[in-house]
Amino acid sequence: MTVSRRTTLSLRLVALAYLALLLLLPVGVVFWRTFEHGVATAWSYMTTPAAVSAFWLTVLIAVIAVPLNTIFGVGAAMVIARSKARGRSVLDALIDLPFVVSPVIVGLALILVYGQGGWFGDVFLNNGIRIIYAVPGMVIATVFVSLPFVVREVTPVLREVGDEQEQAAATLGASSWQTFWRVTLPTIRWGVAYGVVLTTARALGEIGAVLVVSSNVAGSTLTLPLLLYQRDSQIGSQVTTSVYALATELAVLSIAVLLLMTMFGSRREDAR
Amino acid sequence: MLYMSVFVLIPLAAVVVKAFSSGLGTLWSSIDNTPAVRALVITLAASLIVAAIGAVMGTLVAWVLVRDSFPGKRFVNALIDLPFALPTIVAGLTLIALYGPDSPVGIHLAYTRGAVIVALLFVTLPFVVRSVQPVLIELDKEVEEAAASLGASNTTTFRRIVLPALRPAIFSGAALAFARSIGEFGSLALIAGKVQIASIVIYDDIESGTEQSAAALSVVLMLVALLVLFVLRRIGSRIDR
Repeated sequence: MTVSRRTTLSLRLVALAYLALLLLLPVGVVFWRTFEHGVATAWSYMTTPAAVSAFWLTVLIAVIAVPLNTIFGVGAAMVIARSKARGRSVLDALIDLPFVVSPVIVGLALILVYGQGGWFGDVFLNNGIRIIYAVPGMVIATVFVSLPFVVREVTPVLREVGDEQEQAAATLGASSWQTFWRVTLPTIRWGVAYGVVLTTARALGEIGAVLVVSSNVAGSTLTLPLLLYQRDSQIGSQVTTSVYALATELAVLSIAVLLLMTMFGSRREDAR
Repeated sequence: MLYMSVFVLIPLAAVVVKAFSSGLGTLWSSIDNTPAVRALVITLAASLIVAAIGAVMGTLVAWVLVRDSFPGKRFVNALIDLPFALPTIVAGLTLIALYGPDSPVGIHLAYTRGAVIVALLFVTLPFVVRSVQPVLIELDKEVEEAAASLGASNTTTFRRIVLPALRPAIFSGAALAFARSIGEFGSLALIAGKVQIASIVIYDDIESGTEQSAAALSVVLMLVALLVLFVLRRIGSRIDR
């Protein structure tokens, strides 16, 4: 299809203008608002005790949730792509659930199970373990919402490469553990890496599910997105530099994630 | 399977049980009160609009990224993933910054239904683009050339050759965008204002301790989302064949 120069140019213009208005310009304004009173002011807002503890809590939750979902994700992908067990198709169908359930519903669900008066909540509470309105609940919420990413990235790669190499390794006397580490893992590594980056992005930025199960106390159960939400809803309609500074901090984190995504994404394409 | 149960299945089952806990009558009356119905209607309507605009604009963007070449294309391509990387709360805030009360461009969209649509378009942008792009790359240009050499106009070629090949990808991308829009919370939490979006109504219900009505609305939302998921799988298996 040979499209005329004029059509090409106008399509390009429409596409770029749409992206600029929707993505670039809004993000740009946040950066500008953050630094309009100088870098020092913005930095001081990012280093208040509340902001620092929120930063570390965000990192802590990601550090627990991401490895859990990575191990589960690779395992589940192996089951979906390789095993012929009966639960396979059920697992395959259920994996996507966290993507289609609203994060707020996730929070509600966790309260009903692990909260006071919930199905298992009292068992934990009687043993002095507080899950809801505390960090464990926030970790579980994060695990829930970021669960499908690794599975969804690794399964197609496993299907595509087939299992001939694994069978060859097995006939040459490798144990299944050796086959996994030496043959399977190296082939799927870029898929895993990409899935891990997506999981991390979601874990760092999650608000809905975590908001419901957090007790919203600065310094103990506020992640960066929660602190941002709390500050903004307290102030009302006038958004201040302190809120913009937190947003910029999160945006910088996520742009780093985006760079990794682009890098691993192209490696993954090359590997195929 | 155990991992899925502990983190996903048992909690979701609890919501369903809670919704039905005081009988079908109570379930129905908590869905059938006006705010809940209005929230559902607004949410579904907004999600449909977003899916439709997203389908058209997403296909256009994918087309430009695949068939056109211009300086900075790789940058634009990477930019598409920004909504997936950016925390949704920041996405909402960026839109307040640009279209809010102290907007530098003088457009006051924040806290209206228009703002809800824009926020949803922002967070769902990658779905259609990323599902159409690979199909467009794989698409055989020779068929288009054959059509053109047989005298088909560009419009005809696009409508009869390109669009049918892209349709499943556009549809599945739009359906994902729709499913995401129904449940979206983060980007709307700050910008929706008084617009009663379902996820925000559920949140308010939880905060005010009326968990039963929150669960009732949740079950309806989950049913719609599951329906979308089911339709998607049907399309997926049709493509595989």
